[in-house]
Amino acid sequence: MSAAYATTLGRTRHTFASLRELLGKATPRRSGDELAGLAAASAEERAAAQSCLADVPLAEFLRTPLIPYETDEVTRLIFDTHDVQAFAPVAGLTVGQFRDWLLRYETDDATLAALAPGLTPEMVAAVSKLMGNQDLILVAAKRRVVTSFRNTLGLTDRLSVRLQPNHPTDDPHGIAASIADGLLYGCGDAVIRINPATDSVPAVETLLRLLDDLIHRYAIPTQSCVLAHITTTLQAMQRGAPVDLVFQSIAGTQAANQSFGVSLALLGEAQAAAQALRRGTVGNNVMYFETGQGSCLSAGAHHGVDQQTCEVRAYAVARAFRPLLVNTVVGFIGPEYLYDGKQIIRAGLEDHFCGKLLGLPMGCDVCYTNHAEADQDDMDTLLTLLGVAGCNFIMGVPGADDIMLGYQSTSFHDSHYLRQVLGLRPAPEFEAWLEAMRIVSGGRQLLPLTADHALLSRF
Amino acid sequence: MKTPLPKLAAARDPWLELQRFTAARIALGRAGGSQRTATLLDFRAAHAQARDAVHAPFAATALLAALDSTGLTGLLLNSAVTDRTSYLRRPDLGRILASTARQTLTDLTTAPGYVPPDIVLIVSDGLAAQAAENHALPTLIPLVGELRAAGWSLGPICVVPFARVKIQDEIGTLLGARYSLMLLGERPGLSAPDSLGAYFTARPAAGCTDADRNCVSNIRPAGFRPPLAARKLAWLLNTSRQTGQSGVALKDTQPDEHLATT
Repeated sequence: MSAAYATTLGRTRHTFASLRELLGKATPRRSGDELAGLAAASAEERAAAQSCLADVPLAEFLRTPLIPYETDEVTRLIFDTHDVQAFAPVAGLTVGQFRDWLLRYETDDATLAALAPGLTPEMVAAVSKLMGNQDLILVAAKRRVVTSFRNTLGLTDRLSVRLQPNHPTDDPHGIAASIADGLLYGCGDAVIRINPATDSVPAVETLLRLLDDLIHRYAIPTQSCVLAHITTTLQAMQRGAPVDLVFQSIAGTQAANQSFGVSLALLGEAQAAAQALRRGTVGNNVMYFETGQGSCLSAGAHHGVDQQTCEVRAYAVARAFRPLLVNTVVGFIGPEYLYDGKQIIRAGLEDHFCGKLLGLPMGCDVCYTNHAEADQDDMDTLLTLLGVAGCNFIMGVPGADDIMLGYQSTSFHDSHYLRQVLGLRPAPEFEAWLEAMRIVSGGRQLLPLTADHALLSRF
Repeated sequence: MKTPLPKLAAARDPWLELQRFTAARIALGRAGGSQRTATLLDFRAAHAQARDAVHAPFAATALLAALDSTGLTGLLLNSAVTDRTSYLRRPDLGRILASTARQTLTDLTTAPGYVPPDIVLIVSDGLAAQAAENHALPTLIPLVGELRAAGWSLGPICVVPFARVKIQDEIGTLLGARYSLMLLGERPGLSAPDSLGAYFTARPAAGCTDADRNCVSNIRPAGFRPPLAARKLAWLLNTSRQTGQSGVALKDTQPDEHLATT
């Protein structure tokens, strides 16, 4: 057993009874950890915790499970799949030394890709707590995580967009109108996906067919997804519905996943069922996960572990299923977890960095709710920073206003801002389609369109 | 010398007429690839209204009076939250009853002749007081009608300001109800500052999680219309009563035609 952790700052000696407590208190300030009673009591205690954490050997995380191996299947997954050989290059480092190592010129994409199976989520969460926003951006920007289904996502200098055409009553014409709008704005290469208003098998099947018809009629090199519960999607597949991607919200503890009605076994079952359909033409990454800091606390299932570390544990769940897309829905959960624009921006950068370091195709729903102290200017800031950090995809919602879920995300227009300012292009297969459809020219500039465009002919 | 500026309608995209299918902000037009000034300012105004909606007070006593006038028995209960700011920052307090409210329910159930109901219905302002004020009654009246016709016995309709969904477990447990159903204001969207959500669970208990609940969302005249939402909830509850299950184990397989034609 390890002794208590301690450090002296000025004349004050700060002690931390456990690794769990140390991680919580070393976390940059956020309302969710304060709600859970895990946050540092003062700015000084936080700084002391970070100093103390910097001296903890990475190997200590392999000796000290934060949540017991015996009672949590996520802990078992983390320990049972840890790759000792991959870990070897950093095995002798402390958390603070690991930060320096990540920032070195020599640590490049290939180095980080080889390291990923040797990292546990707790190591990654720990180092992120010591990193400034620029560190989170710099290291993430080194890493490309490429996945594929009907197109190739995550390549260098590419930015993809998830087209989100939600309608409050799942009206097929309303959804189709928003899809046409998004496609005519050059968006939809990550996925065209719908949040159904009701989790019903017939309704989900209707939406899946609508998307499938559209994708095949116009030969769009992209994939579809309807965000029903995974058991609903499994039933839809059994009924022969055209399922491209299996969606599920996941979290970093077994108990939180139980509150979502999922387990690792169920995720594996759904992955196998979707892969067996062989609907991908370029690749066969069939899983689409959503996560977000605060979900374990919200489910009363955090085991005294801070919300950011819980979030990174969810990425360990995700990586076991080789997903096409992982989306951190950063500002959706509300001000009791991330209070304002500053906390949302920091969390978005942490999630993107931590996911990338673990080898995940990270995207971010840059978003906020109307009860958070945030506005569209905060989203502009996070969007820009994630673009610089090499985020795989962002959301495209008509006018940034999701009329079904009642929150604000990023608009189709926002993606053009980011593409212009950073020189980013859509996924290559999708870019070729946009050019052929005379929607976009030169990869980035929208062309003038008329009402007789082919995409509008069915209305 | 000046180049004439385009008129507002001409600045929208040529597929503007698709707006008849959706309230989504489509065909906005663009300045380069960016939002035009007019649509940017529209968005800011809508956000301002939604921000104001979150902080609006809840007229709980008026709702109780309205329940009374329709012959339904209402009961005012308080959660452990006392003001809007702590409601936003302390969801844990919104999930539990104030001790006075707990006492009110205990007194009720220990009175002679008390019979536990099949279902207790609960209303809260949640994050949008106007949703509860405007749409709770139009949902409750047809729902109560359908449930009574199907033989359900009802407890008092509990009106609970500043509550979260989980409080339905405590209220259901204290009343000994077999089912607990809650209507509460969802967080306001820019286009829908007045959406009501409905959540229910079988066998309400402290250990219930979201996986045990069924949800019907976006209940409002321009969304899932209250009478149709009531019908859907009654169908789900009657189906649940047959299988004894709620949450992810209860799938909504009701054909769409049933909703449209009745």
